[in-house]
Amino acid sequence: MPRINSAAELETLRKDILSRRDPGKPAIAICAGTGCLGLGNDKVISAFQEEIKKRSLEAQIEIRATGCHGFCEKGPNVILYPEEICYLQVTPEDVPEIVSETLLGKKVIDRLIYTDPMTGEKAAHQSEIPFYRNQMRNLISNNTRIDPSSIEDYLAGGGYSALSKALFEMGPKQVLEEIKKANLRGRGGGGFPAGLKWETARNAPGEEKYVIVNAHEGEPGAFMDRALFTGNPHCVLEGLIIGAHAIGSHQGFIYTRHDTPQLKANIDTALAKTREYGFLGKNILGSGFDFDVEVHFDVGIFVSGESSALMRSIEGKNPEPRPKYIRTSVSGIWDKPSNLNNVETWANVPQIISKGAAWYTGIGTERSKGTKLLSLSGNICHTGVVEVPFGTTLREIVYGIGGGIPNGKKLKAVHFGGPMGGSVPESLLDTPLDFDAMSKLGAPIGAGGMLVLDEDTNMVELTRFYLDFLTNESCGKCVPCREGIRQMLKILTKMCEGKGKEGDIELLEEIAEVAGAASLCSLGKTASDPLKGTLRYFREEYEASIKGK
Amino acid sequence: MSEILLQIDGKAVKAKQGMTVLDAARSADIAIPTLCHHEQLEPYGGCRLCTVEIETRGRKRLVAGCLYPVEPDLIVRTRTEKIDSIRKMILELLLAHAPDSPQLQDLAREYRADRDRFEKEASFCVLCGLCIRYCAEIKKKYAVGFINNGARREINFIPEIAAGECWNCKECFPLCPTSYLQAAYHLTEALAFPSLSSRSASKRLVTTTTL
Amino acid sequence: MDNDTIDQIIDRHEGRAGSLIHVLMEIQSKNHWIPREALAKVSQKLGVPFTRVMQIATFYKTFSLTPQGHHEVHVCTGTSCHIRGSQRVLDKIQSLLGIRAGETDSNSKFSLAKGNCLGCCTLGPEIVVDGRHYARMTPEKAEEVLKKYN
Repeated sequence: MPRINSAAELETLRKDILSRRDPGKPAIAICAGTGCLGLGNDKVISAFQEEIKKRSLEAQIEIRATGCHGFCEKGPNVILYPEEICYLQVTPEDVPEIVSETLLGKKVIDRLIYTDPMTGEKAAHQSEIPFYRNQMRNLISNNTRIDPSSIEDYLAGGGYSALSKALFEMGPKQVLEEIKKANLRGRGGGGFPAGLKWETARNAPGEEKYVIVNAHEGEPGAFMDRALFTGNPHCVLEGLIIGAHAIGSHQGFIYTRHDTPQLKANIDTALAKTREYGFLGKNILGSGFDFDVEVHFDVGIFVSGESSALMRSIEGKNPEPRPKYIRTSVSGIWDKPSNLNNVETWANVPQIISKGAAWYTGIGTERSKGTKLLSLSGNICHTGVVEVPFGTTLREIVYGIGGGIPNGKKLKAVHFGGPMGGSVPESLLDTPLDFDAMSKLGAPIGAGGMLVLDEDTNMVELTRFYLDFLTNESCGKCVPCREGIRQMLKILTKMCEGKGKEGDIELLEEIAEVAGAASLCSLGKTASDPLKGTLRYFREEYEASIKGK
Repeated sequence: MSEILLQIDGKAVKAKQGMTVLDAARSADIAIPTLCHHEQLEPYGGCRLCTVEIETRGRKRLVAGCLYPVEPDLIVRTRTEKIDSIRKMILELLLAHAPDSPQLQDLAREYRADRDRFEKEASFCVLCGLCIRYCAEIKKKYAVGFINNGARREINFIPEIAAGECWNCKECFPLCPTSYLQAAYHLTEALAFPSLSSRSASKRLVTTTTL
Repeated sequence: MDNDTIDQIIDRHEGRAGSLIHVLMEIQSKNHWIPREALAKVSQKLGVPFTRVMQIATFYKTFSLTPQGHHEVHVCTGTSCHIRGSQRVLDKIQSLLGIRAGETDSNSKFSLAKGNCLGCCTLGPEIVVDGRHYARMTPEKAEEVLKKYN
């Protein structure tokens, strides 16, 4: 494929791709996400390949190993195009029947479609299954239509048209304005307006500037960025290139973990393709804009995801955070302005540019716009990757999408943000998903790990668990974090053993206060947030672990 | 170098561009306690004892004095109730490791820190990194370094280097706020039991447990 | 893996101090552990002080400075797996193998590690043996899985 040298050439290519495609051609989209991997989807994929080969149908039926479909609970997931029939919990034994009955015979196999556990009603399409029906899947729905290794699949769906628009119709300033107008807020945890961050980096003095995709996702219980980036890598890359152009950066970095081999492979393939087609490199699409991306893999420890630690790691240094007295958007990697956003934030950019800020701000709440990806897990019937518009209540997510709590148990709390987050009790379940509303409750959305806890959960133990995690995953440089967590963990461990004593709660609060105020980086500053949150809503459990002595 | 005017504890202080709040305070004889700071070494920001309150454009924030660069019209407060309570807690956390350190005891008296607030810890190192940074930045010998992370972080002499370099130097000993003890202990251990020292640096011990 | 392969990895990055983490990752993934001699060589060839090599090599749990068993068993103890009972799975595996997390058994057959959420939170508790994921584990199912590797 020769390089594309103009906006017109891109559209010609797109037409050419579409003309070679028959929308009525049967295709099998098999989820190859991490969740389905644990359920043996590789065997399902090879069973389909063998069956299609055995029947010499290679030319007539396409097989796509795709990114995560979302409904991990019922994996391995398979969708059959063009009818978009959704089969759940597919085993290799089902495969010959699926090929003969559904793909060739056009009949739906009853036992493989969704059955509502309450009503017994059947649903053959994603649009009818409550788990999918109650979501707004603007970002993640493309996963089933795309083979992550195929740039043509992405282009067929309109890919890189936003980049073309940004380069030739809008220009950096207008792109920046559009992102600011859309009020795109960072999805990595802070909820900081991306447009303002971009502007700071753009206006910072210096010729060399960097843009970075944070795909570290070290927060336990968060897996949506992996699902999105692995399944649709070009969407993130397109957002990054648009951002680089707006900021005036010619060098990007992707920062991720070594223990996600599928993600690494898909990023590498996608980067090779984008260079080949001229979406990366010198003179992108003939616009005169130069930009390229380097992938940086880390060995995975929670603190490496902290932005200044991450930048030190890219420099090849120890991933120890440094104090943010000068913002990284002004002085980051090698002291150059460096704009860091996470996977989901970058992925939002192309649709904002394509459809406009007005469209985007129509979704969500007053101050939280667009949709949010969530990793739904814990004590919930339907685990998986979920995308909802901001403003959806937690109750709708837990019951309308998640199908409620298994084993007839009652809901106790919903925990957001992992080891630096907080829990919302059942009584506040009608709270809308919103950056500010959730922060006010002491449970900031964080990256989007949403852990559902049933009535059997011991909140003191959960807090102890998080601190134990942090003591292993922090760097250990500063005293309030290292020693504070050490002492809090000791007290909580004793409490969990029923050996708590009078004054323990007050001591915990005192240490938490100091660690929160005086630690070097955000890990230490927020390490005690689960403690503060559970003390706020579940203090009686702490008291019981003292009185229970 | 342009001169910067700021205010520390109500006193007008002149400082030079590039100085930290700690530098400026000390130049004006205003005391800010430190533990991991050393004038010949790069600022580290580990102990957080130098935490001070700053105010810019009406916004108050707590920062590490040893790292925060001076800026015009900055208002700095080095003693507030909040700062004192932070320093007290940090001292108490450190005294769990080094209860007999004279430096810590002096500060404990000033900030009314309870030497026995927490149970004593097994290691008396406070991980200020002075020995490590002195060895690397001044001596350029790199005989001692940090190993492990989080609560398991410790200092570790490299026997191969220490055997040749340390006996005639030991300049890091007097820097130790736990009074010589920590560096001396680790050095002796590394040299006396080099295999043990390198093994303690590995997290996955091969056990002799049988099934 | 023989020493030549380790040497080749190190040689490829000669003089590039910024490659430290990458070199260690490559040795770890090819050799499953990093001998002290290799660390010394990395220090020398990349021009990074040995103390800094040691700091990085011990900072991350991914790097092992002692030989690993033939099979590497990883029990995820991320939050979701934790509240779904990963501790019971871990206890069972520890008693079956006679080692604790972080250890290797005496005949170098199994190494056991815990922690590190692998993103299969929807299907926990999860264990990974030699890179293969096993979802929805119970102590009994974990025993069945381990039998396959015995």
